[in-house]
Amino acid sequence: MAEDERKIPLEALQQHAHMMMEGVPWANHLGFRVTRVESGRAFATAPWREDLVGDPETGVIHGGVITALLDNICGVSIATRLSEVRAMATLDLRIDYMRPATRGEDIIGEAECYHVTRSVAFTHAWAYHGSRERMIATASGAFALNDPRRWAPGSGGLSAVARELEKKE
Amino acid sequence: MSRSETLLEFLARVPFAQTLGFRCDIRGDEMTAILPGDDKLIGNVGIRAIHGGAMGAFLELTAMSQVFLVTQLQRPPRPIDLTIDYLRSGRGGEDVYARASLVKLGSRMATVRAEAWQTEKAKPVAALRAQFLVAAAEASP
Repeated sequence: MAEDERKIPLEALQQHAHMMMEGVPWANHLGFRVTRVESGRAFATAPWREDLVGDPETGVIHGGVITALLDNICGVSIATRLSEVRAMATLDLRIDYMRPATRGEDIIGEAECYHVTRSVAFTHAWAYHGSRERMIATASGAFALNDPRRWAPGSGGLSAVARELEKKE
Repeated sequence: MSRSETLLEFLARVPFAQTLGFRCDIRGDEMTAILPGDDKLIGNVGIRAIHGGAMGAFLELTAMSQVFLVTQLQRPPRPIDLTIDYLRSGRGGEDVYARASLVKLGSRMATVRAEAWQTEKAKPVAALRAQFLVAAAEASP
Protein backbone atom coordinates (compact mmCIF):
# COMPACT_ATOMS: atom_id res chain seq x y z
CA MET A 1 0.00 0.00 0.00
CA ALA A 2 1.35 3.42 -0.92
CA GLU A 3 1.22 5.86 1.97
CA ASP A 4 -0.80 8.37 -0.07
CA GLU A 5 -3.63 5.83 -0.53
CA ARG A 6 -4.26 5.88 3.19
CA LYS A 7 -7.64 7.41 3.99
CA ILE A 8 -6.82 7.77 7.67
CA PRO A 9 -3.39 9.33 8.16
CA LEU A 10 -0.95 7.53 10.46
CA GLU A 11 -0.69 10.72 12.50
CA ALA A 12 -4.41 10.47 13.30
CA LEU A 13 -3.93 6.87 14.46
CA GLN A 14 -1.00 7.93 16.62
CA GLN A 15 -2.94 10.79 18.11
CA HIS A 16 -5.97 8.62 18.90
CA ALA A 17 -4.11 5.34 19.61
CA HIS A 18 -5.64 5.01 23.09
CA MET A 19 -9.10 4.71 21.48
CA MET A 20 -8.22 1.63 19.45
CA MET A 21 -9.15 -0.85 22.21
CA GLU A 22 -11.69 1.22 24.12
CA GLY A 23 -14.51 0.14 21.82
CA VAL A 24 -13.66 -3.55 22.20
CA PRO A 25 -15.69 -4.78 25.21
CA TRP A 26 -13.46 -7.69 26.30
CA ALA A 27 -10.23 -5.67 25.90
CA ASN A 28 -11.82 -2.82 27.82
CA HIS A 29 -13.04 -5.18 30.55
CA LEU A 30 -9.49 -6.47 31.03
CA GLY A 31 -8.09 -2.93 31.20
CA PHE A 32 -6.02 -3.04 27.99
CA ARG A 33 -4.82 0.24 26.56
CA VAL A 34 -3.06 0.96 23.26
CA THR A 35 -0.07 3.14 24.10
CA ARG A 36 1.66 3.67 20.73
CA VAL A 37 1.31 2.84 17.05
CA GLU A 38 3.73 3.07 14.15
CA SER A 39 3.31 1.87 10.58
CA GLY A 40 2.93 -1.91 10.94
CA ARG A 41 3.60 -1.91 14.69
CA ALA A 42 1.53 -1.38 17.82
CA PHE A 43 2.01 -1.42 21.59
CA ALA A 44 -0.47 -1.88 24.43
CA THR A 45 -0.44 -2.51 28.17
CA ALA A 46 -2.34 -4.95 30.34
CA PRO A 47 -2.48 -4.08 34.03
CA TRP A 48 -1.71 -6.56 36.79
CA ARG A 49 -5.04 -6.98 38.49
CA GLU A 50 -6.20 -9.41 41.17
CA ASP A 51 -9.21 -10.48 39.06
CA LEU A 52 -6.93 -11.52 36.16
CA VAL A 53 -4.85 -13.94 38.24
CA GLY A 54 -4.75 -17.52 36.99
CA ASP A 55 -2.83 -19.10 39.87
CA PRO A 56 -4.04 -18.04 43.32
CA GLU A 57 -0.84 -19.36 44.97
CA THR A 58 1.61 -17.29 42.92
CA GLY A 59 -0.49 -14.34 41.70
CA VAL A 60 0.57 -15.03 38.10
CA ILE A 61 -1.74 -13.52 35.46
CA HIS A 62 -3.71 -16.15 33.51
CA GLY A 63 -2.41 -17.08 30.06
CA GLY A 64 -5.85 -16.27 28.67
CA VAL A 65 -5.28 -12.60 29.46
CA ILE A 66 -2.05 -12.67 27.44
CA THR A 67 -3.86 -14.44 24.59
CA ALA A 68 -6.45 -11.66 24.50
CA LEU A 69 -3.79 -8.93 24.68
CA LEU A 70 -1.69 -10.39 21.87
CA ASP A 71 -4.71 -11.22 19.69
CA ASN A 72 -6.00 -7.67 20.01
CA ILE A 73 -2.67 -5.87 19.58
CA CYS A 74 -2.04 -7.93 16.42
CA GLY A 75 -5.33 -6.56 15.09
CA VAL A 76 -4.24 -3.01 15.89
CA SER A 77 -0.87 -3.52 14.14
CA ILE A 78 -2.78 -4.65 11.04
CA ALA A 79 -5.02 -1.58 11.23
CA THR A 80 -1.93 0.64 10.91
CA ARG A 81 -1.29 -0.88 7.48
CA LEU A 82 -4.82 -0.75 6.09
CA SER A 83 -5.89 2.02 3.77
CA GLU A 84 -9.50 1.81 4.93
CA VAL A 85 -11.68 0.26 7.63
CA ARG A 86 -11.99 -3.52 7.17
CA ALA A 87 -13.73 -6.20 9.19
CA MET A 88 -11.03 -8.36 10.77
CA ALA A 89 -11.26 -11.87 12.21
CA THR A 90 -8.55 -14.03 13.76
CA LEU A 91 -7.92 -17.16 11.70
CA ASP A 92 -5.39 -18.73 14.00
CA LEU A 93 -3.10 -17.78 16.80
CA ARG A 94 -0.08 -19.63 18.17
CA ILE A 95 1.25 -18.66 21.61
CA ASP A 96 4.52 -19.80 23.18
CA TYR A 97 4.87 -19.20 26.91
CA MET A 98 8.46 -18.39 27.88
CA ARG A 99 7.94 -17.68 31.57
CA PRO A 100 5.11 -16.71 33.89
CA ALA A 101 4.30 -13.03 34.33
CA THR A 102 5.43 -11.47 37.61
CA ARG A 103 2.86 -10.61 40.26
CA GLY A 104 2.14 -6.90 40.47
CA GLU A 105 3.79 -5.93 37.18
CA ASP A 106 2.02 -4.62 34.10
CA ILE A 107 2.48 -6.51 30.84
CA ILE A 108 3.43 -4.84 27.57
CA GLY A 109 2.10 -6.30 24.34
CA GLU A 110 3.85 -5.47 21.06
CA ALA A 111 2.78 -6.62 17.61
CA GLU A 112 4.19 -6.38 14.12
CA CYS A 113 2.12 -6.84 11.01
CA TYR A 114 4.73 -8.04 8.54
CA HIS A 115 2.63 -8.91 5.51
CA VAL A 116 -0.78 -8.02 4.15
CA THR A 117 -2.54 -9.50 1.13
CA ARG A 118 -6.00 -8.61 -0.19
CA SER A 119 -7.66 -11.08 2.19
CA VAL A 120 -5.15 -12.03 4.91
CA ALA A 121 -2.73 -10.27 7.27
CA PHE A 122 0.22 -11.96 9.03
CA THR A 123 1.51 -10.89 12.44
CA HIS A 124 4.05 -11.58 15.15
CA ALA A 125 3.60 -10.46 18.74
CA TRP A 126 5.46 -10.34 22.04
CA ALA A 127 4.39 -9.96 25.66
CA TYR A 128 6.98 -8.81 28.19
CA HIS A 129 7.73 -6.82 31.34
CA GLY A 130 9.58 -3.56 30.63
CA SER A 131 11.60 -4.70 27.61
CA ARG A 132 11.99 -7.77 25.42
CA GLU A 133 14.79 -8.89 27.77
CA ARG A 134 12.00 -10.08 30.08
CA MET A 135 9.85 -11.96 27.61
CA ILE A 136 6.69 -13.67 28.88
CA ALA A 137 5.23 -15.00 25.63
CA THR A 138 5.50 -14.75 21.87
CA ALA A 139 2.77 -15.23 19.32
CA SER A 140 2.10 -15.46 15.63
CA GLY A 141 -1.28 -15.03 14.07
CA ALA A 142 -3.06 -14.87 10.74
CA PHE A 143 -6.12 -12.68 10.33
CA ALA A 144 -8.82 -12.63 7.67
CA LEU A 145 -9.64 -9.25 6.19
CA ASN A 146 -13.30 -9.38 5.31
CA ASP A 147 -15.48 -7.31 3.06
CA PRO A 148 -16.98 -4.60 5.30
CA ARG A 149 -20.18 -4.69 3.19
CA ARG A 150 -20.80 -8.26 4.35
CA TRP A 151 -19.06 -8.23 7.73
CA ALA A 152 -19.53 -5.21 9.94
CA PRO A 153 -16.24 -3.93 11.31
CA GLY A 154 -16.01 -3.64 15.08
CA SER A 155 -15.83 -0.42 17.03
CA GLY A 156 -12.15 -0.70 17.90
CA GLY A 157 -9.01 -0.21 15.83
CA LEU A 158 -9.34 1.84 12.68
CA SER A 159 -13.13 2.21 13.12
CA ALA A 160 -12.70 4.02 16.44
CA VAL A 161 -10.31 6.54 14.90
CA ALA A 162 -12.39 6.92 11.72
CA ARG A 163 -15.46 7.77 13.81
CA GLU A 164 -13.48 10.26 15.87
CA LEU A 165 -12.28 12.00 12.69
CA GLU A 166 -15.84 12.14 11.32
CA LYS A 167 -17.00 13.79 14.53
CA LYS A 168 -14.45 16.55 14.07
CA GLU A 169 -15.32 17.28 10.44
CA MET B 1 -11.63 -35.42 47.97
CA SER B 2 -12.35 -36.77 44.48
CA ARG B 3 -10.55 -35.27 41.51
CA SER B 4 -13.69 -33.52 40.37
CA GLU B 5 -14.09 -31.93 43.80
CA THR B 6 -10.40 -30.96 43.80
CA LEU B 7 -10.83 -29.34 40.37
CA LEU B 8 -13.99 -27.45 41.34
CA GLU B 9 -12.37 -26.27 44.56
CA PHE B 10 -9.34 -25.06 42.61
CA LEU B 11 -11.40 -23.28 39.92
CA ALA B 12 -13.40 -21.48 42.60
CA ARG B 13 -10.12 -19.97 43.81
CA VAL B 14 -8.93 -18.82 40.35
CA PRO B 15 -9.91 -15.16 40.01
CA PHE B 16 -9.64 -15.14 36.20
CA ALA B 17 -11.97 -18.14 35.90
CA GLN B 18 -14.57 -16.06 37.76
CA THR B 19 -13.86 -12.97 35.63
CA LEU B 20 -14.43 -15.03 32.48
CA GLY B 21 -17.51 -16.75 33.96
CA PHE B 22 -16.07 -20.26 33.45
CA ARG B 23 -18.25 -23.15 34.63
CA CYS B 24 -18.09 -26.88 34.13
CA ASP B 25 -20.18 -30.01 34.36
CA ILE B 26 -18.17 -33.07 35.39
CA ARG B 27 -19.32 -36.69 34.96
CA GLY B 28 -16.56 -39.07 36.00
CA ASP B 29 -13.55 -38.24 33.88
CA GLU B 30 -15.69 -36.36 31.33
CA MET B 31 -16.06 -32.63 31.59
CA THR B 32 -18.07 -30.16 29.57
CA ALA B 33 -16.96 -26.59 30.12
CA ILE B 34 -19.51 -23.80 29.83
CA LEU B 35 -18.87 -20.15 29.04
CA PRO B 36 -22.16 -18.36 29.75
CA GLY B 37 -23.09 -15.73 27.17
CA ASP B 38 -22.16 -12.25 28.33
CA ASP B 39 -21.78 -9.00 26.39
CA LYS B 40 -18.46 -8.25 28.12
CA LEU B 41 -16.90 -11.12 26.12
CA ILE B 42 -17.57 -9.45 22.77
CA GLY B 43 -14.67 -8.42 20.55
CA ASN B 44 -16.50 -7.09 17.50
CA VAL B 45 -19.53 -4.99 18.39
CA GLY B 46 -20.53 -4.67 14.72
CA ILE B 47 -21.34 -8.36 14.31
CA ARG B 48 -21.57 -9.13 18.06
CA ALA B 49 -18.79 -11.71 17.81
CA ILE B 50 -17.03 -13.10 20.88
CA HIS B 51 -13.45 -11.82 21.29
CA GLY B 52 -10.82 -14.25 20.01
CA GLY B 53 -8.97 -13.76 23.28
CA ALA B 54 -12.02 -14.75 25.34
CA MET B 55 -12.53 -17.85 23.22
CA GLY B 56 -8.83 -18.71 23.50
CA ALA B 57 -8.88 -18.25 27.29
CA PHE B 58 -11.97 -20.46 27.57
CA LEU B 59 -10.31 -23.26 25.56
CA GLU B 60 -7.09 -22.94 27.54
CA LEU B 61 -8.96 -23.20 30.85
CA THR B 62 -10.92 -26.16 29.50
CA ALA B 63 -7.72 -27.96 28.47
CA MET B 64 -6.01 -27.15 31.78
CA SER B 65 -9.03 -28.38 33.74
CA GLN B 66 -9.20 -31.65 31.83
CA VAL B 67 -5.50 -32.35 32.53
CA PHE B 68 -6.05 -31.49 36.19
CA LEU B 69 -9.10 -33.77 36.33
CA VAL B 70 -7.41 -36.90 35.02
CA THR B 71 -4.05 -36.56 36.81
CA GLN B 72 -3.04 -36.37 40.46
CA LEU B 73 -1.40 -32.95 40.10
CA GLN B 74 -1.53 -30.69 43.13
CA ARG B 75 -0.73 -27.55 41.13
CA PRO B 76 -2.30 -26.42 37.84
CA PRO B 77 -0.39 -27.70 34.78
CA ARG B 78 1.55 -24.91 33.07
CA PRO B 79 0.98 -24.25 29.37
CA ILE B 80 4.08 -24.45 27.17
CA ASP B 81 2.47 -23.49 23.91
CA LEU B 82 -0.92 -23.51 22.26
CA THR B 83 -2.50 -23.00 18.87
CA ILE B 84 -6.05 -21.79 18.44
CA ASP B 85 -7.94 -22.17 15.16
CA TYR B 86 -10.90 -19.86 14.79
CA LEU B 87 -13.41 -21.75 12.68
CA ARG B 88 -16.57 -19.66 12.90
CA SER B 89 -17.37 -16.41 14.62
CA GLY B 90 -18.72 -16.99 18.12
CA ARG B 91 -22.13 -15.39 18.64
CA GLY B 92 -21.94 -12.89 21.48
CA GLY B 93 -24.45 -13.15 24.31
CA GLU B 94 -24.90 -16.90 23.72
CA ASP B 95 -23.37 -19.76 25.72
CA VAL B 96 -20.28 -21.58 24.46
CA TYR B 97 -19.43 -25.17 25.39
CA ALA B 98 -16.13 -27.00 25.16
CA ARG B 99 -14.59 -30.38 25.73
CA ALA B 100 -10.94 -31.34 25.88
CA SER B 101 -9.19 -34.67 25.46
CA LEU B 102 -5.66 -35.75 26.22
CA VAL B 103 -3.91 -36.89 23.07
CA LYS B 104 -0.97 -38.06 25.14
CA LEU B 105 -0.16 -37.93 28.81
CA GLY B 106 3.56 -38.41 29.35
CA SER B 107 5.60 -38.20 32.53
CA ARG B 108 6.56 -34.57 31.84
CA MET B 109 4.26 -33.25 29.10
CA ALA B 110 0.64 -33.57 28.17
CA THR B 111 -0.69 -32.92 24.68
CA VAL B 112 -4.30 -31.78 24.68
CA ARG B 113 -6.93 -30.95 22.10
CA ALA B 114 -10.09 -29.01 22.81
CA GLU B 115 -13.06 -27.87 20.78
CA ALA B 116 -15.68 -25.23 21.45
CA TRP B 117 -19.16 -25.03 20.00
CA GLN B 118 -22.44 -23.19 20.52
CA THR B 119 -25.70 -24.71 19.28
CA GLU B 120 -24.29 -27.64 17.28
CA LYS B 121 -21.32 -29.69 18.42
CA ALA B 122 -20.73 -30.67 14.78
CA LYS B 123 -20.13 -27.00 13.97
CA PRO B 124 -17.21 -26.00 16.22
CA VAL B 125 -16.46 -22.30 16.60
CA ALA B 126 -12.85 -22.79 17.72
CA ALA B 127 -10.30 -25.54 18.31
CA LEU B 128 -7.17 -25.66 20.42
CA ARG B 129 -4.05 -27.80 20.56
CA ALA B 130 -1.83 -27.26 23.58
CA GLN B 131 1.17 -28.69 25.39
CA PHE B 132 1.26 -28.57 29.17
CA LEU B 133 4.13 -29.18 31.55
CA VAL B 134 2.88 -31.70 34.09
CA ALA B 135 6.06 -32.72 35.92
CA ALA B 136 7.88 -29.50 36.73
CA ALA B 137 4.65 -28.02 38.08
CA GLU B 138 4.75 -30.70 40.78
CA ALA B 139 8.42 -30.15 41.58
CA SER B 140 8.26 -26.35 41.73
CA PRO B 141 8.07 -24.87 45.23
